[in-house]
Amino acid sequence: MSFLEYAPAPESTAILDLKPEYGLFIGGEFVAAGGGSFRTISPATEKQIALIANADDADVDRAVAAARKAYDKTWSKLSGRDRGKYLFRIARLVQERARELAVAESLDNGKPIKESRDVDVPLVAAWFFYYAGWADKLDYAGLGANPRALGVAAQVIPWNFPLLMLAWKIAPALAAGNTVVLKPAETTPLTALLFAEILQQADLPAGVVNIITGAGETGRALVNHPDVNKVAFTGSTAVGREIARSTAGSGKKLTLELGGKAANIVFDDAPIDQAVEGIVNGIFFNQGHVCCAGSRLLVQENIHDDVVERLKSRLSTLRVGDPLDKNTDVGAINSAEQLARIRELSDVGEAEGAERWSPACDLPAEGFWFAPTIFTNVSTSHRIAREEIFGPVLSVLTFRTPAEAIAKANNTPYGLSAGIWSDKGSKILAVADKLRAGVVWANTFNRFDPASPFGGYKESGYGREGGRQGLAAYLKGSK
Amino acid sequence: MSHVAVPKTYKLFVNGAFPRSESGRVYEVTTPKGVFLANAAKASRKDARDAIVAARAAVGGWAGATAYNRGQVLYRVAEVLEGRRAQFEDEIVRLEGVSAGAARAQVDEAIDRWVWYAGWTDKFAQVSGNANPVAGPYFNLSVPEPTGVVAVVAPQDSSLLGLVSAVAPALVAGNTVVVVASEAFPLSAITLAEVLATSDLPKGVVNVLTGSPAEIAPWLASHADVNALDLVGAAELEWIDLEIAAAETLKRVYPPESGPDAAAPSLARITAFTETKTVWHTKSLL
Repeated sequence: MSFLEYAPAPESTAILDLKPEYGLFIGGEFVAAGGGSFRTISPATEKQIALIANADDADVDRAVAAARKAYDKTWSKLSGRDRGKYLFRIARLVQERARELAVAESLDNGKPIKESRDVDVPLVAAWFFYYAGWADKLDYAGLGANPRALGVAAQVIPWNFPLLMLAWKIAPALAAGNTVVLKPAETTPLTALLFAEILQQADLPAGVVNIITGAGETGRALVNHPDVNKVAFTGSTAVGREIARSTAGSGKKLTLELGGKAANIVFDDAPIDQAVEGIVNGIFFNQGHVCCAGSRLLVQENIHDDVVERLKSRLSTLRVGDPLDKNTDVGAINSAEQLARIRELSDVGEAEGAERWSPACDLPAEGFWFAPTIFTNVSTSHRIAREEIFGPVLSVLTFRTPAEAIAKANNTPYGLSAGIWSDKGSKILAVADKLRAGVVWANTFNRFDPASPFGGYKESGYGREGGRQGLAAYLKGSK
Repeated sequence: MSHVAVPKTYKLFVNGAFPRSESGRVYEVTTPKGVFLANAAKASRKDARDAIVAARAAVGGWAGATAYNRGQVLYRVAEVLEGRRAQFEDEIVRLEGVSAGAARAQVDEAIDRWVWYAGWTDKFAQVSGNANPVAGPYFNLSVPEPTGVVAVVAPQDSSLLGLVSAVAPALVAGNTVVVVASEAFPLSAITLAEVLATSDLPKGVVNVLTGSPAEIAPWLASHADVNALDLVGAAELEWIDLEIAAAETLKRVYPPESGPDAAAPSLARITAFTETKTVWHTKSLL
């Protein structure tokens, strides 16, 4: 047994008490949907977890009506203090049920349990805790005295961080005094539905949060519903563009958190071992299903060979497999559709002349898997250097001067995040100034915190989530 | 003894120069009673594209200037504006048909607003940015940065004040501007361009187009090198179509305003054309 071979250490699913079938959560209760149902499966085994209700237009109407009624009759009349106390309750309930939520998330999404357990779920609790404290302090949000809620918020979230994205959306919306209709992604609805049970335990007034499940059609009906005042979307740039078009002129306040193609810049004076860890975390965290992933490694030419060699050696120690195994570093790709896209773009990378490398790893026979992959000899015109792959695929490019690094980093229609690795503080600050990206990580990568605003420049969308700025996205000035 | 006046040719203001429209087109500008005042340039799609190219090229220098420097240049604009107030008052009286007092009041307010915005350059980041107390050993700071090239449809019912109210706030953070002037009252816009051209404002930072907003605005809204669209003066246009066109490259869009409070001075007008950048830096564990 080599040092890489571990006995399996699977997290038990006995902690879960799942129902075979879930309805829509509208007006504080689970109700049947008009649009039939669909399966949610584990991407690691392709086995069905539960049947999920498919909301049709009439269900969307009902959910928005429930949110409107709750806004008019209950939530807008509650003091900020009392709203805050509900959010604190939710934060505590999430902490109490943290292990259960982590297991459900890894089961439904395919991400390693150590990520759902140590990153996603703790951040969910932190997000509610942070915004709970804002609910009675809105005068300090930067919009002048007595800012007002917008009304009913329509929120559509992606499959890569299902429960965390829910928290990013719901916590600030409720703190600001809005009511919510949220639609989780069709491949990862499970934890949102468990969260609905938490809302029942918290005794949140009926209709303040409504959770409707379904695919793109349901999301479209929700964001285009005439009685919605705010739309918040996290997902692809293509869908974001469609929402920006369809809400034009509607007066709906819009926040879009879209795609990215982040540059992770490694200078020759960087602490190389830390940088290698940061590069690995930047692109292989969550199987690379991260909009802010450091998918373009820009490494200074003179250290390129050394960095790539160390990266390969590090990648050879990553354990790919069962998401519920506590030793797993890289889990399952979320869906067959996403796997097909990662395969397609990787094949294009090879066809365009880049050099492909993956460590030897045995992938399970069932489920959706993709070995961590590095492309070297990548040029800026290659599709793998321009398009978001949203998978565990790293494109390595080189540069000689800081100016060239900046030019290459900014040479993208996206502008969500970037990384800089150097031991020279003045260089880091100068480069950070010139990067057109909403989040810049220096000598670290993929850090998230409820106090820290997150969001993009250019075609990565607009508006911020997190911090005071994330609260302002759900408020309007009183004048 | 009489002096035969030397009337001014009103041209566009693009990249620090005053070209005619490449299309060769002009349109007649008159008093409210229909008396001829001037032939203003009628900007074309090509003029709009030239203006955007100039604005894009100017972003690096203007955004990269220190906030103190931007503040000094903008204050200088107000000084030169004050020095030429008689010309503005005269143009406003003739063009809008208002009294001398009303024209004077409009120029007063335009100058004061410009000074107000000039003073914001080195302050707005302190008000709208902040340190973030994240749960870990990180230095974490959020700062507003300019969005880039801002295309503006200026308020259509005002010669100078509307224009100033829309252009000045976009400049504060370091954006560059392509502005379509009031179609009916374009003369003060070009005279303001003469002020800008002699106030140490780098070329291309403000570009002024005169002509038909209905014709020019769609090109600005759909141009991929424009980052934000201020539709403050677009209420009478098909502005929803402009917003839809702007969605193609996810431009930031500021909606139309109307009435006497349109484009009233506010911090929100400055921050509307900024992006929050959050920088995380590790702290070593001592």
